Amino acid sequence: MIGRAAKVMRYQVVDLLRGRALVGYALFFAAATSGLSLLGGGTARALPSLATLILLVVPLVSLLLATTTVYHRGDFVNLLLSHPVGRRPVFVGIHLGVTLPLTAAFLLGLLLPLVAGGIGAEHVADVAILAVAGVLLTGVFSSIGLVVGLSFDRLARGAGFALLLWLALVVLYDGAVLFAAYRWAAYPMEGPMLALMALNPVDLARVMVLVALDASALMGYTGAVFQDFFGGASGLLVAAACLALWMAAPAFAAMRLFERKDL
Amino acid sequence: MSSSAEVSGRAGPPGHSVARPAGPALEVVDLSKRFGRVRALASASIAFTPGAVTALIGPNSAGKTTLLKSIVGLVRPDDGCVLMNGTVVDAGGAYRRDVGYMPQLPAFPPHMTGQELVDMIDDLRGFDGEPDESLIDDLEVRDEMSKPFGSLSGGTRQKVNAALAFRYRPTVLILDEPTAGLDPVASLTLKRKIRERREEGATVLITSHDLGSLESLAEEIVFLLEGRLRFHASLVRLLEETGQRSLEAAIAELMLRGRGAGDEIRPKRATTPDVSVGDDTARDDPGLANEEGVA
Repeated sequence: MIGRAAKVMRYQVVDLLRGRALVGYALFFAAATSGLSLLGGGTARALPSLATLILLVVPLVSLLLATTTVYHRGDFVNLLLSHPVGRRPVFVGIHLGVTLPLTAAFLLGLLLPLVAGGIGAEHVADVAILAVAGVLLTGVFSSIGLVVGLSFDRLARGAGFALLLWLALVVLYDGAVLFAAYRWAAYPMEGPMLALMALNPVDLARVMVLVALDASALMGYTGAVFQDFFGGASGLLVAAACLALWMAAPAFAAMRLFERKDL
Repeated sequence: MSSSAEVSGRAGPPGHSVARPAGPALEVVDLSKRFGRVRALASASIAFTPGAVTALIGPNSAGKTTLLKSIVGLVRPDDGCVLMNGTVVDAGGAYRRDVGYMPQLPAFPPHMTGQELVDMIDDLRGFDGEPDESLIDDLEVRDEMSKPFGSLSGGTRQKVNAALAFRYRPTVLILDEPTAGLDPVASLTLKRKIRERREEGATVLITSHDLGSLESLAEEIVFLLEGRLRFHASLVRLLEETGQRSLEAAIAELMLRGRGAGDEIRPKRATTPDVSVGDDTARDDPGLANEEGVA
């Protein structure tokens, strides 16, 4: 099972590298990181902007690449499943074959310029948190992307839904939460706010990053509540644990969908 | 339904005068599948004769491709199961080691060359035996194997498709419109290859719109209509039963009867006790009918 999955993953990775999307993704982060560090006056100033960029771009790219992979790799999957390979190893291979290259491209793009420019010792922890948040977001949104891709028969619909989902989670969600907080300001809102935040992986990652960077001005409403509630390290761990759950649940759902799919 | 003992009891068709090896017994039991509101298969139960070529015939959307894909495991039936040698095939797909499948429209990854496809499948199968590459030469696609699949013409794709399906010397061949898009020479080559595998004992399931081709290949006819098994018997028995001289005329006759008679096509029981009509009680070995018909 593991050997088969690894082989499937290898072919999937080779195919992904053939398209240049991933290289572009890595270069984008490399350019952004070096640009922000150079122009913004050092790593310290660049980190909050980088954090915002990661929170916007990583979910979008991971979601779209995973969703489109389902359609682009239909032929490949069909061919594999006509031979003695089970659905589970094929799914695991495809999932890891999308998630791991995305992760690698993100990490290379983020870390290479920083390391090359020399990170001050005081920023190592911050950069590490940024990297971890990006990696977790990659896993979460590539898993969700597979669910989306497996739920719609046509690429245009799947990709369209993925875009809407991204817009909802990254842009609209915090606005809606803010509106709710304002609307029911007379009531104690901490509990519902925390629940609402746990329901949005982007919010969770945002809290992780900004608690670490101690930049609560950039946190959005839910983040501010969260920092108040948990403070420092324990909040960080809870957010990371929720994100891990956000990775596992969609991955499991996608596997179930894949095992039942008619090809 | 049939127990495994029953299945193994049918292992060799007694109708063949020269004993030849018989491939795996393949059987589908109560197979049902819906696609939305469309019913593709309705409780179809068919025991395919081991070591024989069975032609699946029926009008468009009769459920032929769905049946074949269910056997390969690409379509997940809503109900029912596929048995190989009396045991339900495993979800892990290990049984596909013995299955060679030619999909109707070969959609292989377009940027991979035929050789890369073959190497990849060799690798995934962990295949270290001697592959059967005769079709690569006989269909003259040796040069095309080094070109990206997407750049090949429809006929050439079909040839690569065939070469891949026969490569691992499968004992079960599932061929969905194998000669579609092939020129006459290639079509004859492929049919010769199918007969060759049959002689070596392979159990072959085949669909085609070219009934003439099927008539020259098939020993058994399965007629499907709206996802239901309507007729399963030897070719000889079918011709006798319908009073026609060609497969095409016989099938036309079956379709007309199907329209007139409503739900079941019933042969005259007294004269044809060994014809099974979507009816489990009369599923004797059709190979017997074959011999009687010839004699």
